[in-house]
Amino acid sequence: MPISAETLIFWPAAVMLLGAALAVITVRNPVHAALFLVVCFFSSAVLWLLLEAEFLGIALVLVYVGAVMVLFLFVVMMLDINIAVVREGFIRFAPAAAIVAIMMTALLVWVVWYQQLGVEEFVKPAARSEGFSNTSAIGQVMYTEYVYPFEIASVILLVGIIVAISLTMRRRTGTRAQDPAQQVKVRREDRIRLVKVASEKYDHGQGTE
Amino acid sequence: MISLYHYLALAAVLFSIAVAGIFLNRKNVIVLLMCIEMMLLAVNMNFIAFSRYLDDVAGQVFVFFILTVAAAEAAIGLAILVVLFRNRNSINVEELDSMKG
Repeated sequence: MPISAETLIFWPAAVMLLGAALAVITVRNPVHAALFLVVCFFSSAVLWLLLEAEFLGIALVLVYVGAVMVLFLFVVMMLDINIAVVREGFIRFAPAAAIVAIMMTALLVWVVWYQQLGVEEFVKPAARSEGFSNTSAIGQVMYTEYVYPFEIASVILLVGIIVAISLTMRRRTGTRAQDPAQQVKVRREDRIRLVKVASEKYDHGQGTE
Repeated sequence: MISLYHYLALAAVLFSIAVAGIFLNRKNVIVLLMCIEMMLLAVNMNFIAFSRYLDDVAGQVFVFFILTVAAAEAAIGLAILVVLFRNRNSINVEELDSMKG
């Protein structure tokens, strides 16, 4: 039986995904965890490309690896984390974590694999023809049928921007920054005081000794 | 032959690993956020697999929205984390008990 290209791509990507996911939750250093999460996203993008979701596969790499993970790395490096303190209790929680994970995996795989959800009927549709554009297919429903959710998503992003900036911005005290509004607001009266001074008499040419 | 089952099982295992990660890293908020990202990734994987095998592009539109919301969530979560660290000088979850919850 010849091995199909799909099998050849699926299994390495799946193993890489799960291995990287295990590394994310077990490595000591949060920077390494973030980098393993990048590997996770990359191998997921491979699987999504395999599922012919090209737009989302690329978007995952651009948005997640390019933006979100860089944000994570910035925050991890900005905070001075005491790894020893953060790691204590790791061994203590390990048995509970293992039990929960194994039970969840067993249940989910049992439901998916052995319960025959009727998923068997979903034979894989034939591969798309060469000229098919996944991006335009998504665009055609997104800007018609899902235009309201699309607008709401943009509002959510705007809220995210405003919240993130307003949470983290702080005014430093003691800096000598210029405040243009104050500078423009200044009136002549605030700066200049005209004083009438009585003129002094001075006699020229006298008492030259 | 890779069937829909393979993708669903893969996503299930990934989700379980993320849940285990939440148990393991009880003290480290950053890794908790990463675990939540992994859970969302597992869910997205299911959506895309079903979208492919049902031949319906709506699943991919949904994943697009999940990605949007997850990006906003990560940004806000990290902003809260930065403010938290600035005020408490720690990201240990167990020290965050001022609300007595």
